[in-house]
Amino acid sequence: MNNEFAFLKDLVSLYGVSGNEGEVREYVKKQAQPLADEITVDALGNLIAFKKGRRPGKKIMLAAHMDEVGFIITGHSDNGTLKFATVGGIDDRILPGKKVLVGKKALPGVIGFKPVHLVEKEEANKVVKIKNLYIDIGADSKNDAEKLVQRGEYACFTGEYAEMGNCIKARALDNRAGCALLLEILKNRYDFDLYCCFTVQEEVGLRGAQAASWRIAPDLAIIVETTTCGDVAGVEKHEYSTELGKGPALTVMDRTTISDRGLVEFIRNVAERENILFQFKKGAAGGNDAGAVQRSRSGVKVASVSVPCRYIHSPVNMMHREDFMNCKKLLEAVLSRIDREPEVFGKFINGGMGL
Amino acid sequence: MISLLEKLTQAFGVSGNEEQVRDLICNEIKDYVDSYHVDALGNLIAVKKGSGRKIMLAAHMDEIGVMATHIDDKGFIRFTNIGGISPHIFVGQKVRFANGTCGAIFYEEKDADMKNLKFSKMYIDIGASSRAEAEKKVKTGDTACFLSNLTVQGEFAYSKAMDDRCGCAVLVELIRNLSQTSNELYFVFTVQEEVGLRGARTAAFQIVPDIAIAVDITRTGDTPEAELMEVQCGKGPAVKIKDSNIIAHPEVKRLLADCAGKNNIPFQYEVLERGGTDAGAIHITAGGIPSGALSIPCRYIHSPVECISLRDLENAVKILREAVKQA
Repeated sequence: MNNEFAFLKDLVSLYGVSGNEGEVREYVKKQAQPLADEITVDALGNLIAFKKGRRPGKKIMLAAHMDEVGFIITGHSDNGTLKFATVGGIDDRILPGKKVLVGKKALPGVIGFKPVHLVEKEEANKVVKIKNLYIDIGADSKNDAEKLVQRGEYACFTGEYAEMGNCIKARALDNRAGCALLLEILKNRYDFDLYCCFTVQEEVGLRGAQAASWRIAPDLAIIVETTTCGDVAGVEKHEYSTELGKGPALTVMDRTTISDRGLVEFIRNVAERENILFQFKKGAAGGNDAGAVQRSRSGVKVASVSVPCRYIHSPVNMMHREDFMNCKKLLEAVLSRIDREPEVFGKFINGGMGL
Repeated sequence: MISLLEKLTQAFGVSGNEEQVRDLICNEIKDYVDSYHVDALGNLIAVKKGSGRKIMLAAHMDEIGVMATHIDDKGFIRFTNIGGISPHIFVGQKVRFANGTCGAIFYEEKDADMKNLKFSKMYIDIGASSRAEAEKKVKTGDTACFLSNLTVQGEFAYSKAMDDRCGCAVLVELIRNLSQTSNELYFVFTVQEEVGLRGARTAAFQIVPDIAIAVDITRTGDTPEAELMEVQCGKGPAVKIKDSNIIAHPEVKRLLADCAGKNNIPFQYEVLERGGTDAGAIHITAGGIPSGALSIPCRYIHSPVECISLRDLENAVKILREAVKQA
């Protein structure tokens, strides 16, 4: 396997539903230790890897969230199955029949549902509501189940990492892809101070990033993410949000942020000059840590660079290898251009930030 | 004031793209303030120094609009909305991009479901015959505002972007006609109000004023079969009591009402059941800031024919002139 995907392959094997990012954080800590000058874990669980600048003064923050969507156990039924709620936005339609891992012991489970033979005619065309679903861990009774899993423990999607054609399929590419990219960037040193921030609880409301950006008070932030891919059956071309294989996506606007125009133009300019394939994300759906970072303290100039990802928020996220590689290339090109040609960068930025 | 209002309403400034409005305001006020700067998010903050209390006045520069999301092979542009707007308002409208390119908005005629019209079934026609030709003028991510002149008829004026160039006009006029005060005044022209009161929040954090007053428009209930609302166009500026985001601080409410009442300036009280303004973001910033708002009654908000009374506008300036002194 290519070495470029080493971090990623490790990261998608770890479980970290929002609020329970410990495993991911430990891995990131171990990998970041030899690369960073200082590592901080804050009260919420964000990990901030600091790389001192050669000419410190200005602070640039990169952020990628460690958490993934998943489930939380809310109770036990008499027959030994588990009731659950979703953590983060998951489409009820994709749940029945999925494999999950449950609790601290990572017990295998499946999301159970009524078999086709017993489905009434009028039920057949309806989405099964989450309240009629349950997680089955093979327990014989309520008592048995209670011994194995307690209310409040988490469950998450499970699935193998696989390389398929030019694509990678895995669970939790959203946003371990971003975490892997941040670890790569951390290998470099720049003139400015660099804060690689691995945030918690993005999927439930950009919560970690809010606290992290307050602590860092950066001059500029770039969010490294995965984003929805719309190039699938049933979506009209003009409604595609992004397309696989067409390069990392720049966000102009989504539900949570309007990116800094100057910063987006700068990134576009770098991509065009260095011949790095990129695309603009269409539409304005979704949101990410940029929303929280932008409005921290006196305000922060933000932009997002994302790896397009099909079937996001499911156990079978799919991304294109080239998009991941181009995202890394683009981020490095942007940062080194800020480094090498601060005056060019200043021209793009409203009100001349003068990094 | 009409010519100022005309310049301001006709300027381009969809949320996230407020540069033209900011430059215009900068020019209008720079000789009348002690200092001004543009912050990280693009807010314009102008200061009149003083040794008294710190008063923040905020009006937002941005207006609602659309953003190009896709250009098809024949040169038609698909778009999404910026800020809260009904798709119906856009049917048959002309829009203008920041570089001056104009377009007409229409909908897919075949299988049109007018009751459930969606932006995804609409497009902008800029008269281009191919994608390549269209892309010379408009790129994905570019924004456009309504094309709609200012029309003045008697005391009423109609235009796009009264929301909130009205407020900007009031602040500019105020800056140029201030009475003597020892208070330190911060005139803040904010960005991105229409997408979530974003600029005001970070501006207030920098300033940490003793009190803050937002100057914005509010809806009225004086049109045929309108939703219930006490405020009427032409009956004076409205002192905000509450909206979706704020319950106005009693001190600010009293200040504005007293300044109007004692000087025989007509005013009304505003209870807005849905919607909000910058005061909503300001009052919960930096430990909490006593805040309120003075609103210009406006009909047909978020349309190309937003309608206000010029007399209300002038009276708003008068009330604020007193308020910054008395605060």
